[in-house]
Amino acid sequence: MNRKWLATPYLIWMVIFIVVPLVMVFYYAFTVKDVNGARFTLDHVMKTFDSKYMVALGKSFLYALISTVICLILAYPLALILVKRSKGGAAMLFIFILPMWMNFLLRTYAWLSLLETNNGLINTILRALHLPVLDIIGTPKAIILGMIYNFLPFMVLPIYNALAKIDKSLMEAAYDLGANDFKRLLKVTIPLSMPGVMSGITMVFMPAVTSFVIPNLLGSGKVNLIGNMIEQQFLMTYDWGFGAALSLVLMIIILISMGVIQRSDEDMEGGAGLW
Amino acid sequence: MKKIVLILTALMLVLTGCSGNVEKDPNKPFAGTTIYVYNWGDYIAEDTLQLFTEATGIKVIYDPFDSNEAMYAKYKSGAVNYDVLIPSDYMIEKLIAENELLPLNYDNIPNVKYIDSSFRNLSYDPDDTYSVPYFWGTLGILYNTEMVKEEVDSWDILWDSKYSGKIIMMDSVRDSFAVALKRLGYSLNSANKAQVDEALATLVEQGPLVQAYVMDQVKDKMIGEEGALAVIYSGEAIYTSEYNENLAYAVPKEGTNFFVDAMVIPKTSKNKEAAEAFINFMNDPQIAFNNTRYVGYSTPHTEAKAMLDEEVRNDPAAYPSQDIIDKCEVFVDLGPDMTAYYNDKWNELKASLR
Repeated sequence: MNRKWLATPYLIWMVIFIVVPLVMVFYYAFTVKDVNGARFTLDHVMKTFDSKYMVALGKSFLYALISTVICLILAYPLALILVKRSKGGAAMLFIFILPMWMNFLLRTYAWLSLLETNNGLINTILRALHLPVLDIIGTPKAIILGMIYNFLPFMVLPIYNALAKIDKSLMEAAYDLGANDFKRLLKVTIPLSMPGVMSGITMVFMPAVTSFVIPNLLGSGKVNLIGNMIEQQFLMTYDWGFGAALSLVLMIIILISMGVIQRSDEDMEGGAGLW
Repeated sequence: MKKIVLILTALMLVLTGCSGNVEKDPNKPFAGTTIYVYNWGDYIAEDTLQLFTEATGIKVIYDPFDSNEAMYAKYKSGAVNYDVLIPSDYMIEKLIAENELLPLNYDNIPNVKYIDSSFRNLSYDPDDTYSVPYFWGTLGILYNTEMVKEEVDSWDILWDSKYSGKIIMMDSVRDSFAVALKRLGYSLNSANKAQVDEALATLVEQGPLVQAYVMDQVKDKMIGEEGALAVIYSGEAIYTSEYNENLAYAVPKEGTNFFVDAMVIPKTSKNKEAAEAFINFMNDPQIAFNNTRYVGYSTPHTEAKAMLDEEVRNDPAAYPSQDIIDKCEVFVDLGPDMTAYYNDKWNELKASLR
């Protein structure tokens, strides 16, 4: 009880950097300023339902979903391999995480110079080998590639952690009871790694759906996602009210989708919660 | 021991500082005072400030900024009481509207007579009450002379399907609409929705030919010969041609946006007359020439321009003909309604791509 004060700095931090900004988002989204000062309005929120913005929102969700699914497909076997290899696993994991030490923006710029259609590194090599060139810069494909590359480690790490924590004796028990390798994967490994998969999905999907730097750079400014629309309101048009309304709508939709994922997670964990 | 040395040095600094105040030179009425100047990074010759202090005895504390918005935010925060700011036209308009600037006393700035009349009384400060132009530049076309063999003199070339996939536009509402509006012969500050709609239609038509809508990356793309034609500001064009000699810059004959960075005195100034002495000094012909040679932007100063090499002075990219200058406009704040309208149309363009 008397250690409660230890939480105070965190509380202050949360209030200043999370609660206050959220209140400000609400405030800007629902007010408009005129000569008489600020007054309540629904205009900003109504404007977000314009087809232009809904299409951008839809695209953001679609590309984030595709990226998350591909990340999961790539990350799960990788995490399994890393856990199984008791010796080389740690070294492989280290090499895998190494690029994360570099700034995210720099890595995305690097992809830009790799993918450039005319004089990019990849196409220069392809051309030298008389192979057809890659023309994906400025398209959704490049954006999804950028998202997968940047967010894959966030999928691998939580799954790896969940898998590493699985008690070996459970596997042995399953083996004793006659389960083959495939059945053990299906009945033991996957259910027990679900918490890791869930946090992996959250950690990839959230930054992917709100990303605006990746579409800006790899999309050549031709693919407008919801993150770009929000950025534009604050930095180009100075329409903070509408920018806040777009952010608010995005937050609500993310909250709902995360709620759905969480719910299905709890349902699945029903069995695992027995012990 | 170290401490004693430190104290002695500090003492000496204080003493010399005081002695500077004691001897009053009638030619240096503000000797010993300090002014705070806030300017764009790398936007003044290296020895200018030192020469100013030698000539007037006024000490200058100089800060650089990299965008008008950053300048505005720091100025508004009140962290430093600046005496001279050098922002761009639209930001000066904003500062005037917010009553942040002090009217200049031109009796203290006689050198203003050297400023070319084309740069006097511009729309952001119609009576030159608050500002003296420092440098200017244009929005134009940067092109690769190896890929574009014809003469570049019109915005029309950006709609030529011959260059499909090699055209780079700016990812900026005002700049891209300025190109389209000027090409149609309208004002780039048009508040006529039909004209804006027409401009949008031409931008949508141009969409499939455009390789990318980018801001800073345009420099890398043009230096790396990724594109053949790009919309760019003259200052950045100067930068790119230092890295790739095939790049050339042209100002289209239909006219364009031109920007002016000008010197103003904000109301935080504690020493307005010293600030005016600074503005006057910056317009001294020799000093203005030194700055122009160093910075490389176009100068509004007639004497400084006359001292430039003939090749530079007659370069239509840096100093377009009067005929073209007459068709150029500075950006004017459109007001919230029109700004929102332009932005909406811009998003329509982006939604129409692919």
